[in-house]
Amino acid sequence: MISERVMDAATITSWMREIDVAVRAEKDHLVQLDAAIGDGDHGTNMVRGFEAVVQALDADGGSPPGKLLILAGRTLVSTVGGASGPLWGSALRSGGRVLGDQSSFEGAELVEVLAAALASVKDLGTAAVGDKTMVDALEPAVDALRTRLGQGASLDEALDAAGAAGESGMRSTIPLQARKGRASYLGERSVGHQDPGATSTALILRALQRAARAT
Amino acid sequence: MAVETNQMRKFLNDPARVVKESLAGLAAAHPDLVRYDAAAQIIVRKDAPRRGKVALISGGGSGHEPLHGGFVGHGMLDAACPGEVFTSPVPAQMLAATKAVDGGAGVVHIVKNYTGDVLNFKLAAGDAADEGIKVTSIVIDDDVAVQDSLYTAGRRGVGATVLAEKIAGAAAEGGADLAKVTDTVRQVNERSRSFGVALSSCVPPASGKPIFELPEGQIELGIGIHGEPGRKRAQLASASDIVDVMVEAVVSDLKPKKGAKVLAFVNGMGGTPLLELYLLYAEVDKKLRAAGVEPVRNLVGSYITSLEMAGASLTVLELDEDLTRFWDSPVHTPALRWGV
Repeated sequence: MISERVMDAATITSWMREIDVAVRAEKDHLVQLDAAIGDGDHGTNMVRGFEAVVQALDADGGSPPGKLLILAGRTLVSTVGGASGPLWGSALRSGGRVLGDQSSFEGAELVEVLAAALASVKDLGTAAVGDKTMVDALEPAVDALRTRLGQGASLDEALDAAGAAGESGMRSTIPLQARKGRASYLGERSVGHQDPGATSTALILRALQRAARAT
Repeated sequence: MAVETNQMRKFLNDPARVVKESLAGLAAAHPDLVRYDAAAQIIVRKDAPRRGKVALISGGGSGHEPLHGGFVGHGMLDAACPGEVFTSPVPAQMLAATKAVDGGAGVVHIVKNYTGDVLNFKLAAGDAADEGIKVTSIVIDDDVAVQDSLYTAGRRGVGATVLAEKIAGAAAEGGADLAKVTDTVRQVNERSRSFGVALSSCVPPASGKPIFELPEGQIELGIGIHGEPGRKRAQLASASDIVDVMVEAVVSDLKPKKGAKVLAFVNGMGGTPLLELYLLYAEVDKKLRAAGVEPVRNLVGSYITSLEMAGASLTVLELDEDLTRFWDSPVHTPALRWGV
Protein backbone atom coordinates (compact mmCIF):
# COMPACT_ATOMS: atom_id res chain seq x y z
CA MET A 1 0.00 0.00 0.00
CA ILE A 2 1.45 3.33 -0.96
CA SER A 3 -1.08 5.32 1.08
CA GLU A 4 1.24 8.31 1.40
CA ARG A 5 0.02 10.45 4.21
CA VAL A 6 0.52 14.04 3.42
CA MET A 7 1.82 16.33 6.12
CA ASP A 8 1.57 20.09 6.20
CA ALA A 9 1.89 23.16 8.41
CA ALA A 10 -0.61 21.71 10.89
CA THR A 11 1.67 18.69 11.34
CA ILE A 12 4.57 20.93 12.33
CA THR A 13 2.43 22.98 14.72
CA SER A 14 1.06 19.81 16.23
CA TRP A 15 4.59 18.34 16.53
CA MET A 16 5.82 21.39 18.44
CA ARG A 17 2.76 21.26 20.73
CA GLU A 18 3.33 17.56 21.39
CA ILE A 19 6.98 18.29 22.26
CA ASP A 20 5.89 21.10 24.59
CA VAL A 21 3.54 18.72 26.41
CA ALA A 22 6.11 15.91 26.52
CA VAL A 23 9.07 17.92 27.87
CA ARG A 24 6.80 19.56 30.42
CA ALA A 25 5.62 16.14 31.64
CA GLU A 26 9.20 14.82 31.75
CA LYS A 27 10.81 18.01 33.04
CA ASP A 28 11.78 16.65 36.45
CA HIS A 29 13.13 13.45 34.92
CA LEU A 30 15.29 15.44 32.49
CA VAL A 31 16.51 17.67 35.32
CA GLN A 32 17.41 14.57 37.36
CA LEU A 33 19.30 12.94 34.51
CA ASP A 34 21.17 16.19 33.85
CA ALA A 35 21.97 16.76 37.51
CA ALA A 36 23.68 13.36 37.59
CA ILE A 37 26.17 14.10 34.81
CA GLY A 38 25.68 17.74 33.88
CA ASP A 39 24.33 20.77 35.68
CA GLY A 40 20.65 20.00 36.06
CA ASP A 41 19.12 22.57 33.72
CA HIS A 42 18.14 20.49 30.69
CA GLY A 43 14.48 20.00 31.64
CA THR A 44 14.00 23.67 32.52
CA ASN A 45 15.69 24.80 29.30
CA MET A 46 13.64 22.54 27.03
CA VAL A 47 10.38 23.63 28.68
CA ARG A 48 11.30 27.31 28.32
CA GLY A 49 12.25 26.79 24.67
CA PHE A 50 9.24 24.85 23.45
CA GLU A 51 6.83 27.03 25.37
CA ALA A 52 8.27 29.95 23.38
CA VAL A 53 8.07 27.94 20.15
CA VAL A 54 4.37 27.24 20.67
CA GLN A 55 3.77 30.93 21.33
CA ALA A 56 5.70 31.93 18.21
CA LEU A 57 3.79 29.45 16.04
CA ASP A 58 0.48 30.64 17.49
CA ALA A 59 1.36 34.17 16.44
CA ASP A 60 2.32 33.06 12.93
CA GLY A 61 -0.17 33.77 10.14
CA GLY A 62 -0.16 30.80 7.80
CA SER A 63 3.48 30.11 6.93
CA PRO A 64 4.29 26.88 5.08
CA PRO A 65 5.75 23.94 7.10
CA GLY A 66 9.39 24.63 6.21
CA LYS A 67 9.11 28.22 7.35
CA LEU A 68 7.44 27.09 10.58
CA LEU A 69 10.38 24.80 11.30
CA ILE A 70 12.78 27.68 10.67
CA LEU A 71 10.74 29.91 12.98
CA ALA A 72 10.77 27.20 15.65
CA GLY A 73 14.53 26.80 15.29
CA ARG A 74 15.15 30.54 15.49
CA THR A 75 12.97 30.71 18.59
CA LEU A 76 14.94 27.92 20.28
CA VAL A 77 18.27 29.63 19.50
CA SER A 78 16.99 32.87 21.00
CA THR A 79 15.35 31.47 24.14
CA VAL A 80 17.11 28.31 25.32
CA GLY A 81 20.81 29.02 25.63
CA GLY A 82 23.01 26.18 26.83
CA ALA A 83 24.00 23.63 24.21
CA SER A 84 20.51 22.34 23.44
CA GLY A 85 19.32 25.75 22.17
CA PRO A 86 21.86 26.11 19.35
CA LEU A 87 21.79 22.37 18.60
CA TRP A 88 18.01 21.89 18.30
CA GLY A 89 17.66 25.41 16.88
CA SER A 90 20.10 24.71 14.07
CA ALA A 91 18.58 21.27 13.56
CA LEU A 92 15.06 22.61 12.98
CA ARG A 93 16.31 25.45 10.81
CA SER A 94 18.29 23.05 8.60
CA GLY A 95 15.32 20.72 8.44
CA GLY A 96 13.01 23.59 7.52
CA ARG A 97 15.26 24.71 4.67
CA VAL A 98 14.79 21.31 3.01
CA LEU A 99 11.07 22.01 2.58
CA GLY A 100 11.49 25.46 1.05
CA ASP A 101 8.09 27.03 0.37
CA GLN A 102 6.10 23.87 -0.33
CA SER A 103 2.79 23.64 1.47
CA SER A 104 2.82 19.90 2.11
CA PHE A 105 5.32 17.05 2.28
CA GLU A 106 5.47 13.28 2.34
CA GLY A 107 7.35 10.62 4.25
CA ALA A 108 10.37 10.64 1.95
CA GLU A 109 10.73 14.38 2.43
CA LEU A 110 10.37 14.00 6.19
CA VAL A 111 13.38 11.67 6.06
CA GLU A 112 15.35 14.42 4.32
CA VAL A 113 14.21 16.98 6.91
CA LEU A 114 15.41 14.80 9.78
CA ALA A 115 18.61 13.87 7.93
CA ALA A 116 19.41 17.56 7.48
CA ALA A 117 18.63 18.18 11.16
CA LEU A 118 20.97 15.33 12.16
CA ALA A 119 23.74 16.60 9.87
CA SER A 120 23.50 20.04 11.42
CA VAL A 121 23.67 18.69 14.98
CA LYS A 122 26.70 16.55 14.15
CA ASP A 123 28.40 19.45 12.42
CA LEU A 124 27.84 22.06 15.14
CA GLY A 125 28.38 19.70 18.06
CA THR A 126 31.13 17.64 16.36
CA ALA A 127 29.57 14.55 17.92
CA ALA A 128 29.19 11.03 16.55
CA VAL A 129 27.25 7.96 17.64
CA GLY A 130 28.85 6.60 20.81
CA ASP A 131 29.81 9.98 22.30
CA LYS A 132 26.83 9.80 24.70
CA THR A 133 24.84 12.67 23.19
CA MET A 134 21.54 13.32 21.41
CA VAL A 135 23.14 11.90 18.26
CA ASP A 136 22.89 8.44 19.82
CA ALA A 137 19.09 8.73 19.67
CA LEU A 138 18.67 10.84 16.53
CA GLU A 139 20.90 8.97 14.09
CA PRO A 140 19.37 5.47 14.52
CA ALA A 141 15.90 7.03 14.37
CA VAL A 142 16.60 8.70 11.02
CA ASP A 143 18.09 5.45 9.73
CA ALA A 144 15.05 3.47 10.91
CA LEU A 145 12.61 5.90 9.32
CA ARG A 146 14.43 5.79 6.01
CA THR A 147 14.74 1.99 6.04
CA ARG A 148 11.13 1.26 7.00
CA LEU A 149 9.70 3.70 4.45
CA GLY A 150 12.00 2.14 1.86
CA GLN A 151 10.54 -1.24 2.73
CA GLY A 152 7.06 0.09 2.03
CA ALA A 153 5.91 0.56 5.63
CA SER A 154 3.20 3.11 6.34
CA LEU A 155 4.29 6.47 7.71
CA ASP A 156 2.92 5.58 11.13
CA GLU A 157 4.76 2.23 11.17
CA ALA A 158 7.95 3.90 10.03
CA LEU A 159 7.65 6.67 12.64
CA ASP A 160 6.96 4.02 15.27
CA ALA A 161 10.17 2.25 14.25
CA ALA A 162 11.99 5.60 14.39
CA GLY A 163 10.59 6.27 17.86
CA ALA A 164 11.66 2.81 19.04
CA ALA A 165 15.13 3.26 17.53
CA GLY A 166 15.42 6.61 19.29
CA GLU A 167 14.47 5.05 22.61
CA SER A 168 16.85 2.19 22.14
CA GLY A 169 19.58 4.69 21.22
CA MET A 170 18.71 6.66 24.33
CA ARG A 171 19.16 3.54 26.51
CA SER A 172 22.38 2.71 24.70
CA THR A 173 23.93 5.84 26.25
CA ILE A 174 23.76 4.37 29.77
CA PRO A 175 26.99 2.31 29.67
CA LEU A 176 28.86 4.90 27.58
CA GLN A 177 31.52 7.31 28.81
CA ALA A 178 30.67 10.83 27.63
CA ARG A 179 33.06 12.36 25.12
CA LYS A 180 31.22 15.62 24.42
CA GLY A 181 29.56 18.32 26.46
CA ARG A 182 29.66 18.86 30.17
CA ALA A 183 29.29 15.18 31.04
CA SER A 184 32.70 14.52 29.48
CA TYR A 185 34.33 16.33 32.43
CA LEU A 186 33.28 13.43 34.64
CA GLY A 187 35.37 10.92 32.75
CA GLU A 188 34.48 7.39 33.86
CA ARG A 189 31.95 8.74 36.34
CA SER A 190 29.56 9.47 33.46
CA VAL A 191 29.22 5.70 32.87
CA GLY A 192 25.94 4.21 34.13
CA HIS A 193 23.83 7.33 33.52
CA GLN A 194 21.40 7.91 30.66
CA ASP A 195 22.19 10.98 28.59
CA PRO A 196 19.61 13.76 29.09
CA GLY A 197 19.99 15.08 25.52
CA ALA A 198 19.35 11.62 24.06
CA THR A 199 16.35 11.33 26.38
CA SER A 200 14.70 14.55 25.23
CA THR A 201 15.50 13.58 21.65
CA ALA A 202 13.56 10.33 22.11
CA LEU A 203 10.63 12.39 23.42
CA ILE A 204 10.80 14.67 20.39
CA LEU A 205 10.72 11.67 18.04
CA ARG A 206 7.67 10.13 19.75
CA ALA A 207 5.98 13.54 19.60
CA LEU A 208 6.52 13.52 15.84
CA GLN A 209 4.74 10.19 15.54
CA ARG A 210 1.73 11.50 17.47
CA ALA A 211 1.63 14.68 15.38
CA ALA A 212 1.76 12.80 12.08
CA ARG A 213 -1.02 10.51 13.26
CA ALA A 214 -3.27 13.40 14.19
CA THR A 215 -3.09 15.18 10.85
CA MET B 1 16.04 13.17 57.23
CA ALA B 2 18.39 13.88 54.34
CA VAL B 3 15.64 15.58 52.36
CA GLU B 4 14.94 18.02 55.15
CA THR B 5 18.53 19.19 55.42
CA ASN B 6 18.63 19.66 51.65
CA GLN B 7 15.68 21.99 51.61
CA MET B 8 16.34 25.27 49.91
CA ARG B 9 16.39 28.53 51.81
CA LYS B 10 16.97 31.37 49.40
CA PHE B 11 15.95 34.99 49.03
CA LEU B 12 13.59 34.77 46.09
CA ASN B 13 10.41 36.30 44.76
CA ASP B 14 9.99 34.05 41.75
CA PRO B 15 12.69 31.49 40.83
CA ALA B 16 12.07 32.20 37.14
CA ARG B 17 12.98 35.88 37.62
CA VAL B 18 16.03 35.52 39.85
CA VAL B 19 18.53 36.58 37.16
CA LYS B 20 16.57 39.60 35.94
CA GLU B 21 15.88 40.85 39.46
CA SER B 22 19.51 40.45 40.48
CA LEU B 23 20.73 42.34 37.41
CA ALA B 24 18.32 45.18 38.15
CA GLY B 25 19.84 45.30 41.64
CA LEU B 26 23.39 45.41 40.31
CA ALA B 27 22.48 48.39 38.12
CA ALA B 28 20.62 50.11 40.97
CA ALA B 29 23.67 49.71 43.23
CA HIS B 30 26.21 50.97 40.68
CA PRO B 31 24.51 53.53 38.44
CA ASP B 32 27.81 55.40 38.11
CA LEU B 33 29.46 52.36 36.49
CA VAL B 34 26.90 50.29 34.59
CA ARG B 35 23.46 50.26 33.06
CA TYR B 36 21.13 47.32 32.66
CA ASP B 37 19.37 46.80 29.36
CA ALA B 38 16.49 44.66 30.57
CA ALA B 39 15.09 43.93 27.11
CA ALA B 40 18.38 42.51 25.87
CA GLN B 41 19.35 41.15 29.33
CA ILE B 42 22.84 42.66 29.24
CA ILE B 43 24.94 44.78 31.61
CA VAL B 44 26.70 47.59 29.75
CA ARG B 45 29.40 49.98 30.89
CA LYS B 46 27.83 53.34 31.62
CA ASP B 47 29.95 55.29 29.12
CA ALA B 48 29.87 52.71 26.28
CA PRO B 49 30.51 52.83 23.42
CA ARG B 50 33.88 54.53 23.75
CA ARG B 51 35.08 55.81 20.40
CA GLY B 52 38.30 54.14 19.26
CA LYS B 53 38.63 51.80 22.27
CA VAL B 54 38.66 48.06 21.73
CA ALA B 55 35.69 46.69 23.64
CA LEU B 56 35.59 43.46 25.65
CA ILE B 57 32.52 41.43 26.36
CA SER B 58 32.02 38.18 28.13
CA GLY B 59 29.08 36.16 29.29
CA GLY B 60 27.92 32.82 30.51
CA GLY B 61 25.43 31.29 32.83
CA SER B 62 24.48 33.19 35.97
CA GLY B 63 25.28 31.84 39.42
CA HIS B 64 28.98 32.82 39.21
CA GLU B 65 28.61 36.32 40.62
CA PRO B 66 30.37 38.70 40.59
CA LEU B 67 31.43 37.19 37.23
CA HIS B 68 30.64 38.72 34.69
CA GLY B 69 28.34 41.68 35.43
CA GLY B 70 30.43 42.72 38.43
CA PHE B 71 33.46 43.17 36.19
CA VAL B 72 31.90 45.70 33.84
CA GLY B 73 33.46 49.14 34.15
CA HIS B 74 36.66 51.14 33.75
CA GLY B 75 39.64 48.95 32.88
CA MET B 76 37.78 45.68 32.55
CA LEU B 77 34.68 44.59 30.58
CA ASP B 78 32.47 46.81 28.42
CA ALA B 79 29.49 44.50 28.66
CA ALA B 80 28.36 41.22 30.18
CA CYS B 81 25.73 38.79 28.88
CA PRO B 82 24.28 36.76 31.75
CA GLY B 83 22.31 33.65 30.88
CA GLU B 84 19.91 31.83 33.16
CA VAL B 85 21.54 30.12 36.16
CA PHE B 86 24.28 27.81 34.85
CA THR B 87 22.91 28.16 31.31
CA SER B 88 24.73 29.88 28.51
CA PRO B 89 23.22 33.16 27.28
CA VAL B 90 21.71 33.25 23.79
CA PRO B 91 23.31 34.75 20.66
CA ALA B 92 20.86 37.69 20.65
CA GLN B 93 22.33 38.86 23.98
CA MET B 94 25.90 38.71 22.70
CA LEU B 95 24.94 40.48 19.50
CA ALA B 96 23.12 43.25 21.41
CA ALA B 97 26.13 43.63 23.74
CA THR B 98 28.58 43.68 20.83
CA LYS B 99 26.58 46.42 19.09
CA ALA B 100 26.16 48.42 22.31
CA VAL B 101 29.90 48.61 23.01
CA ASP B 102 31.52 48.70 19.57
CA GLY B 103 33.44 51.96 19.33
CA GLY B 104 34.78 51.18 15.87
CA ALA B 105 38.00 49.51 17.07
CA GLY B 106 36.57 46.00 17.31
CA VAL B 107 35.14 43.77 20.01
CA VAL B 108 36.79 40.86 21.84
CA HIS B 109 34.58 38.00 23.02
CA ILE B 110 35.99 36.21 26.07
CA VAL B 111 34.37 32.77 26.10
CA LYS B 112 34.68 30.14 28.81
CA ASN B 113 35.12 26.66 27.35
CA TYR B 114 31.72 25.11 27.91
CA THR B 115 29.86 23.58 24.99
CA GLY B 116 26.86 25.89 25.37
CA ASP B 117 28.92 29.07 25.71
CA VAL B 118 31.12 28.16 22.76
CA LEU B 119 28.15 27.30 20.48
CA ASN B 120 26.16 30.42 21.33
CA PHE B 121 29.15 32.78 21.06
CA LYS B 122 30.03 31.15 17.73
CA LEU B 123 26.57 31.95 16.34
CA ALA B 124 26.78 35.49 17.75
CA ALA B 125 30.21 36.18 16.24
CA GLY B 126 28.81 35.19 12.85
CA ASP B 127 25.85 37.54 13.32
CA ALA B 128 28.14 40.40 14.38
CA ALA B 129 30.39 39.87 11.36
CA ASP B 130 27.26 40.04 9.17
CA GLU B 131 26.64 43.49 10.65
CA GLY B 132 30.16 44.60 9.82
CA ILE B 133 31.62 44.55 13.34
CA LYS B 134 35.14 43.22 13.80
CA VAL B 135 34.95 40.48 16.44
CA THR B 136 37.64 38.19 17.78
CA SER B 137 36.88 35.30 20.14
CA ILE B 138 39.19 33.68 22.65
CA VAL B 139 38.15 30.55 24.49
CA ILE B 140 39.47 30.29 28.05
CA ASP B 141 40.40 26.75 29.11
CA ASP B 142 42.60 26.75 32.20
CA ASP B 143 41.16 23.92 34.32
CA VAL B 144 43.77 21.19 34.71
CA ALA B 145 41.22 18.81 36.28
CA VAL B 146 39.91 18.01 32.80
CA GLN B 147 42.06 16.01 30.45
CA ASP B 148 42.32 17.87 27.19
CA SER B 149 41.85 15.07 24.72
CA LEU B 150 39.69 13.81 21.91
CA TYR B 151 37.54 12.23 24.57
CA THR B 152 36.35 15.36 26.37
CA ALA B 153 34.95 18.75 25.46
CA GLY B 154 38.38 20.08 26.47
CA ARG B 155 39.44 21.93 29.58
CA ARG B 156 36.90 24.20 31.26
CA GLY B 157 37.32 27.92 31.56
CA VAL B 158 37.48 28.96 35.22
CA GLY B 159 39.65 31.36 37.26
CA ALA B 160 41.78 32.56 34.35
CA THR B 161 38.64 34.23 32.98
CA VAL B 162 38.72 36.85 35.76
CA LEU B 163 42.43 37.49 35.23
CA ALA B 164 42.02 37.75 31.45
CA GLU B 165 39.16 40.23 31.81
CA LYS B 166 41.20 42.42 34.17
CA ILE B 167 44.50 42.28 32.28
CA ALA B 168 43.16 42.57 28.72
CA GLY B 169 40.67 45.19 29.93
CA ALA B 170 43.62 47.30 31.11
CA ALA B 171 45.37 46.83 27.76
CA ALA B 172 42.25 48.06 25.95
CA GLU B 173 41.82 50.99 28.32
CA GLY B 174 45.44 51.94 27.58
CA GLY B 175 44.71 52.14 23.85
CA ALA B 176 45.96 48.75 22.62
CA ASP B 177 44.52 47.69 19.26
CA LEU B 178 42.29 44.69 18.59
CA ALA B 179 45.19 42.35 17.78
CA LYS B 180 47.07 43.29 20.96
CA VAL B 181 44.03 43.00 23.24
CA THR B 182 43.12 39.65 21.70
CA ASP B 183 46.67 38.43 22.11
CA THR B 184 46.69 39.57 25.74
CA VAL B 185 43.62 37.45 26.47
CA ARG B 186 45.34 34.52 24.77
CA GLN B 187 48.56 35.08 26.75
CA VAL B 188 46.74 35.10 30.08
CA ASN B 189 44.93 31.90 29.13
CA GLU B 190 48.08 30.14 27.97
CA ARG B 191 50.05 31.13 31.08
CA SER B 192 47.31 30.21 33.61
CA ARG B 193 46.23 26.93 35.19
CA SER B 194 43.48 26.27 37.74
CA PHE B 195 42.19 23.51 40.00
CA GLY B 196 39.05 23.53 42.18
CA VAL B 197 37.84 21.64 45.23
CA ALA B 198 34.27 21.49 46.59
CA LEU B 199 33.26 20.88 50.20
CA SER B 200 29.55 21.00 49.35
CA SER B 201 27.21 21.03 46.39
CA CYS B 202 25.03 24.00 45.44
CA VAL B 203 21.32 24.51 44.85
CA PRO B 204 20.09 26.08 41.58
CA PRO B 205 17.01 28.21 42.36
CA ALA B 206 14.90 26.63 39.59
CA SER B 207 15.26 23.02 40.78
CA GLY B 208 15.63 23.78 44.49
CA LYS B 209 17.75 20.65 44.90
CA PRO B 210 21.49 20.22 45.39
CA ILE B 211 23.22 19.17 42.16
CA PHE B 212 25.06 16.34 43.86
CA GLU B 213 25.11 14.66 47.25
CA LEU B 214 28.36 14.69 49.13
CA PRO B 215 28.51 12.08 51.85
CA GLU B 216 29.70 13.15 55.30
CA GLY B 217 33.45 13.68 55.41
CA GLN B 218 33.95 13.63 51.63
CA ILE B 219 35.14 16.32 49.22
CA GLU B 220 35.08 16.62 45.43
CA LEU B 221 38.40 17.17 43.70
CA GLY B 222 38.63 18.79 40.27
CA ILE B 223 35.31 20.60 40.13
CA GLY B 224 34.26 23.24 37.64
CA ILE B 225 31.97 26.17 38.37
CA HIS B 226 28.56 24.68 37.65
CA GLY B 227 28.12 22.48 40.67
CA GLU B 228 28.99 19.58 38.44
CA PRO B 229 30.69 16.74 40.28
CA GLY B 230 34.47 16.62 39.99
CA ARG B 231 36.67 13.88 38.66
CA LYS B 232 36.95 12.09 41.95
CA ARG B 233 35.93 12.04 45.56
CA ALA B 234 38.32 11.99 48.48
CA GLN B 235 38.25 12.08 52.27
CA LEU B 236 38.24 15.53 53.78
CA ALA B 237 41.84 16.31 54.73
CA SER B 238 43.70 19.23 56.34
CA ALA B 239 43.87 22.52 54.42
CA SER B 240 47.59 21.95 54.05
CA ASP B 241 47.07 18.56 52.42
CA ILE B 242 44.34 19.89 50.12
CA VAL B 243 46.54 22.78 49.01
CA ASP B 244 49.31 20.26 48.30
CA VAL B 245 46.97 18.61 45.79
CA MET B 246 45.94 21.94 44.25
CA VAL B 247 49.46 23.33 43.92
CA GLU B 248 50.82 20.05 42.58
CA ALA B 249 48.04 19.84 39.96
CA VAL B 250 48.51 23.43 38.81
CA VAL B 251 52.31 23.68 38.89
CA SER B 252 53.00 20.30 37.29
CA ASP B 253 50.81 21.30 34.35
CA LEU B 254 51.91 24.94 34.04
CA LYS B 255 55.61 24.06 34.31
CA PRO B 256 56.69 27.62 35.16
CA LYS B 257 60.29 28.70 34.74
CA LYS B 258 62.42 28.29 37.88
CA GLY B 259 62.03 31.46 39.92
CA ALA B 260 59.09 32.65 37.80
CA LYS B 261 57.03 35.50 39.16
CA VAL B 262 53.40 34.48 39.40
CA LEU B 263 49.98 35.79 40.33
CA ALA B 264 48.23 33.44 42.77
CA PHE B 265 44.43 33.66 42.78
CA VAL B 266 42.65 31.92 45.64
CA ASN B 267 38.99 31.99 44.71
CA GLY B 268 36.02 31.12 46.91
CA MET B 269 33.16 29.16 45.34
CA GLY B 270 30.49 31.23 47.12
CA GLY B 271 29.99 29.49 50.46
CA THR B 272 33.47 29.60 51.93
CA PRO B 273 34.34 32.55 54.19
CA LEU B 274 37.36 34.80 53.73
CA LEU B 275 38.65 33.45 57.03
CA GLU B 276 39.29 30.14 55.28
CA LEU B 277 40.33 31.65 51.94
CA TYR B 278 43.17 33.58 53.62
CA LEU B 279 44.14 30.46 55.52
CA LEU B 280 44.35 28.73 52.13
CA TYR B 281 46.37 31.63 50.74
CA ALA B 282 48.96 31.26 53.50
CA GLU B 283 49.40 27.62 52.47
CA VAL B 284 49.44 28.47 48.75
CA ASP B 285 52.06 31.19 49.20
CA LYS B 286 54.31 28.88 51.20
CA LYS B 287 53.93 25.91 48.86
CA LEU B 288 54.41 27.92 45.67
CA ARG B 289 57.69 29.28 47.05
CA ALA B 290 58.69 25.74 47.96
CA ALA B 291 57.89 24.76 44.36
CA GLY B 292 60.34 27.40 43.15
CA VAL B 293 58.04 30.20 42.02
CA GLU B 294 57.47 33.60 43.57
CA PRO B 295 53.94 34.92 44.12
CA VAL B 296 54.41 38.65 43.47
CA ARG B 297 50.72 39.44 42.96
CA ASN B 298 47.60 37.82 44.35
CA LEU B 299 43.85 37.95 44.46
CA VAL B 300 41.93 36.42 47.36
CA GLY B 301 38.14 36.36 47.48
CA SER B 302 35.00 34.97 45.85
CA TYR B 303 35.11 36.21 42.26
CA ILE B 304 33.96 33.27 40.14
CA THR B 305 31.51 31.29 42.16
CA SER B 306 29.09 28.40 42.01
CA LEU B 307 26.08 29.81 43.90
CA GLU B 308 26.50 28.85 47.58
CA MET B 309 28.94 26.02 47.02
CA ALA B 310 31.57 25.70 49.75
CA GLY B 311 34.97 25.27 48.19
CA ALA B 312 37.84 27.05 46.55
CA SER B 313 39.92 27.10 43.42
CA LEU B 314 43.53 28.03 42.83
CA THR B 315 44.66 29.78 39.66
CA VAL B 316 48.33 30.49 39.00
CA LEU B 317 49.34 32.89 36.22
CA GLU B 318 52.98 33.15 35.17
CA LEU B 319 53.50 36.88 34.83
CA ASP B 320 55.73 38.94 32.59
CA GLU B 321 56.33 42.70 32.64
CA ASP B 322 53.39 43.59 30.40
CA LEU B 323 50.92 41.37 32.24
CA THR B 324 52.08 42.72 35.61
CA ARG B 325 51.71 46.31 34.45
CA PHE B 326 48.20 45.64 33.11
CA TRP B 327 47.26 43.87 36.36
CA ASP B 328 48.42 46.92 38.36
CA SER B 329 46.55 49.39 36.13
CA PRO B 330 43.52 51.16 37.61
CA VAL B 331 40.24 49.28 37.59
CA HIS B 332 36.82 50.46 38.71
CA THR B 333 34.01 47.94 38.51
CA PRO B 334 31.33 46.83 40.99
CA ALA B 335 33.49 43.91 42.18
CA LEU B 336 37.08 44.97 41.58
CA ARG B 337 38.51 48.39 42.29
CA TRP B 338 41.99 49.79 42.76
CA GLY B 339 44.17 52.63 41.57
CA VAL B 340 41.28 55.05 41.15
